Amino acid sequence: MQWDNDRHTEYWTDEAAGPLVRPYTMTGGRTRTSSADFDLVAYIMTVEQALPDVDLHPEHLAALDACPRPLSVAELASRLDLPLGVIRVLLGDLLERGLIMVREPTKDLKLPDERLLEAVMNGLHAL
Amino acid sequence: MDSTHSDPGHRTLAPVPVKILIAGGFGVGKTTLIGSVSEIQPLRTEEILTNESVGVDDTDGVEHKGTTTVAMDFGRITMGRELVVYLFGTPGQERFWFLWDELAYGALGAVVLADTRRLKDCFPSVDYFERRRTPFVVAVNCFDGARRYPPDLVRKALDLDPAVPVILCDARERESSKRVLIELVSYVMQLVKTKGSREPASAGQTGPS
Repeated sequence: MQWDNDRHTEYWTDEAAGPLVRPYTMTGGRTRTSSADFDLVAYIMTVEQALPDVDLHPEHLAALDACPRPLSVAELASRLDLPLGVIRVLLGDLLERGLIMVREPTKDLKLPDERLLEAVMNGLHAL
Repeated sequence: MDSTHSDPGHRTLAPVPVKILIAGGFGVGKTTLIGSVSEIQPLRTEEILTNESVGVDDTDGVEHKGTTTVAMDFGRITMGRELVVYLFGTPGQERFWFLWDELAYGALGAVVLADTRRLKDCFPSVDYFERRRTPFVVAVNCFDGARRYPPDLVRKALDLDPAVPVILCDARERESSKRVLIELVSYVMQLVKTKGSREPASAGQTGPS
């Protein structure tokens, strides 16, 4: 750590510390969220806008803004340009506060059923 | 369909997502295929590699943490109000298997794109889906100037189960990519009809039921 007052610039990182802004800074260093899986194709929908909350980052608010209608986790991560691991932690925070709803995809490994396959087939033919 | 918070309105609003994986070696045309049938420009999502996720005990971890990312491209086909097909390109490198597991989980099936000039690039994908019993088709992307081989020769070279469809395609062409997906879905339909599950014929009966 060094201070360089002569040039009116504050250096509070150095090479060894690496880049200061890392994606996980905004998650407070957390890499896991316990409340939900947030599958790539889980759908997120905002149910309530956040009240002023010191614990929420701009990225939390951006996620809330992005999901007035259901949006998949993959699309949300892409839209906010955040890594999946980060978006999952942020979504966990929002879920805990009751600000979003999550619909995880069906985890039934016997899938897919014939009706679903037929619907996909029809959709492809209609392309 | 489960819902973490129950709300009937939400259920009717969110479509059912269907995942299809597009796998194959680097530069084989995965993103091209996705782009040719997707209703949106392929999007990119990234995952950060941590020591934990690659399973390596690296003492330099702190420095590297958060600096290595692996990208996955994906596209979307909306089918009416109730169904959305997501096409996910798998990361090319084999060391990202942990991401493959997440991608393959609950996927309808996979397309393994092959380039006859570098056929062995798709071996890891074929191995992976065979081991995992994810239904897949092999689509040979016919690059300009590459020699055409009959699908049966490709099948032999890849030592595929006779039931696995092998098709020629041009990933740049929407119609061609569409045919590849149709081939995959009809293959899965066949598996479901004949086996009552989606396990490929060669996979035996030991999988989850």
